[in-house]
Amino acid sequence: MEERSMWFSEAIREALRNEMLRDPNVYMAGEDIGIMGGSFGVTSGMIEEFGPERVIDTPISETAIVGHAVGAAAAGMRPVVELMFSDFMMVCGDELMNQAAKMHFMFGGKAKVPMVVRAAIGAGTRAAAQHSQSPEAMILNFPGLKVAYPSTPRDAKGLLITAIRDDNPVVFLEHKQLYWFMGDVPEGEFTIPFGKADIKRAGKDVTLIAWGAMVGVCLEAAEALAEEGIEAEVVDPRTLAPLDKETILASVKKTGKVVVVQEAPKTGGFAGEIIATIAEEGFDYLDAPIKRVCAPDTPVPFSPVLENAYIPDAQRVVTTAKELF
Amino acid sequence: MAKDKEQLLALYETMFKIRRFEEKASELFADTLIPGFVHLYLGEEAVATGVCSHLSNKDYITSTHRGHGHVIAKGADLNLMMAELFGKKDGYCKGKGGSMHIADVEKGILGANGIVGGGHAIATGAALACKMQQTGGVAICFFGDGASNRGTFHEAINMASAWTLPAVYVIENNCFGISCCIDKACNVKDLSVRGAAYGIPGVTVDGNDVLAVREAAGKLIERARKGEGPSILECKTWRHHGHFEGDPGDYKPADQQEAWLAKDPLPRFRSYLADTQKIALKEIEGIEAKVNTLITAAVEFATNSPDPDPESLLENVYA
Repeated sequence: MEERSMWFSEAIREALRNEMLRDPNVYMAGEDIGIMGGSFGVTSGMIEEFGPERVIDTPISETAIVGHAVGAAAAGMRPVVELMFSDFMMVCGDELMNQAAKMHFMFGGKAKVPMVVRAAIGAGTRAAAQHSQSPEAMILNFPGLKVAYPSTPRDAKGLLITAIRDDNPVVFLEHKQLYWFMGDVPEGEFTIPFGKADIKRAGKDVTLIAWGAMVGVCLEAAEALAEEGIEAEVVDPRTLAPLDKETILASVKKTGKVVVVQEAPKTGGFAGEIIATIAEEGFDYLDAPIKRVCAPDTPVPFSPVLENAYIPDAQRVVTTAKELF
Repeated sequence: MAKDKEQLLALYETMFKIRRFEEKASELFADTLIPGFVHLYLGEEAVATGVCSHLSNKDYITSTHRGHGHVIAKGADLNLMMAELFGKKDGYCKGKGGSMHIADVEKGILGANGIVGGGHAIATGAALACKMQQTGGVAICFFGDGASNRGTFHEAINMASAWTLPAVYVIENNCFGISCCIDKACNVKDLSVRGAAYGIPGVTVDGNDVLAVREAAGKLIERARKGEGPSILECKTWRHHGHFEGDPGDYKPADQQEAWLAKDPLPRFRSYLADTQKIALKEIEGIEAKVNTLITAAVEFATNSPDPDPESLLENVYA
C-alpha cells in the first residue's frame, strides 16, 4: 500500500473522508466543524465536499451534540460528532456515560449505538485548566464505551476508520500537540484493529508504556537511555478500551522493568490501572518496582513556565527509568 | 377527531391495557414479586394512547422512568414487559434493564430512561435520522413537567428547531416532580409557552381527554411529517399513585387528588363511548375481558420465565 507523509490532522480528515464516501449513514456534527473547518482545522474542506446536511455546524450544545448522536445511532445512522475539547465531556457526561455507554447493555443487546465522539485532548497549548485536561481515565470506568487514543498519523487514520465502523460508542481522543506531527500514512482503505498495542520501539531492558503525546516523550527518552546503554521498549496500547494486556505483559516479561507515563494527574489515572494489571498478572516477571511518571495532582496551569513543569517530559522519564537499574 | 367506532374502541383498549398492566404491577410489587423501583402511569393513560395512535413502527418514541404506558401504546409486548419487570431471562432486556429501561428498537421504542430529561436529545437524534433517511417518520419525546426544567430540554428542542426536525416534545404535566409541585419549580402556568422561545408551536391540552390529546397530537405530528419542524405538546394530567410504588404521595393536596380522580381518563372515556357514542356495554366489556386475559397471560409468562444465567451478566456490554 502506497504511503505518504502527512500531518496527523490530515490523516484524521482522510479517515473521515474515506468513511463519508463509503457509507451514506455516516455524518458529522459539532461546533464550528463546517464553515470554519474545525477549531484545529481537522475538518476543513469537508462541508464543501459533503454539504451542510452531512457536515453539520451545531449550536453550542455539547449535551445535545452527544445526546442526539445516541438517538441517531440507535435509529440507524453512524454519527461522528466532535467535542471541541475533551474537557467538555464533563458537560455531556450523562449523554456519554449514562446513555451511550449503557444503551446496548440496558436493552439486553437489542440496540446498537454506532457513534464516534472525537475530542481534542491534552495540555501544551497554554489554554489553562478547562481546555487542557487528559480525562481519559474518567470514561474508562464506564463499560460500554471504547476509547482510542492514537499517537501517530498512521494510527490516527487506521483507528478512526475502525472506530466509525464499530457498532459501539467510541471516544476518539486526538492530542492537540499531535495535530501538526508528520508521519507516513497508507493510502485508501486502512484499518487498525482495536485492542492491538503497537511496539513503537523495541528494547530489552525496560518497558515504557504510554499513549497519545506521551508516546513521543517516551521515544525521546528511549534515545537518551540508549546513549547510556539502556534499551527501552516503548509500548503504545493505541486503544485503552479494549486494552491489549497480552502485548503489555509480554514486554514486561522480556524486560522485567516498567515505567508507565501519562499526561494526566497521577491519582485515579489510567497508569494506575495498567500497573494494577501488571501486578496482578505479571508480578513474577518484575525485577524492580513499577514506576509512574505523571502530571502532579493539580489542575493544568496557564503560565508556560508552570505548564512546562506540569507536563511529563523525556528527562523525567529518563531519570525515573534509571532508578530501576 | 376519531369518531369511527373501531378507532374509538382501539383507543379504549390501549388505555385499558395500560391501566390493567399498571394495576397488576402495583399488586405484584406489593407482593414483592417485582424488585427495584416501579413508577406507574396510572391516571396518565390518555396521553400515551392519544399520541401513539398516530404512530407506526417507522416512528420513534423516547420514554421515561414512568414509561410502561408509552411503550404499551407504541405496541410493546406485554409478556416481555412483565418478564422484564420481574428481572427474568425472557424479559425485553434479558433482565438487564428492568422497569426503567424497556426498549424495542424494531417498534421504534428507544427506551424508557432512568435519567429525568435523558430522552430529549435522543429523540432529537432519532428525528434527525428520520429526516436524513427520508423515512417520513417522526420522533416523539415523552417526559414530565419535572424534566422540562432540565438543560437537555433547552438544548435538544433548540437543536430540533434550528434543524427543522420531525419531532414532537410531549410534556406530561402531572403537576409534580416527585414531591415538588410545578408551581414551585417554575414560573409559567402553561409549560407549552416555552415553544415561543424556540419559534415553534406550543399547545396545551387536557391530558385526561384521550380525544383531545389525539386531535392536538395529530396536528403536530402531521406538521412534523410535512417537514415543518418540531413542536411542544403539553398534556395536563395527574398521577394517581405516588412517585414510585411505596411512596404514599402525601404531598399531593387531598382536594386536588379528589378533583383529578373525578377526571380519571378511563371511566371518562368509557362513559363517552357508552353514553355519547352509544356503544353497547357488551362490546366494551368484551375488550376489557380480552385485556384481562392478556394481563393474566403476561404474569404467567413472567412467572414461568427462568432467571437469567449469572454468566449472562458479562454479555451485551459491547455489540
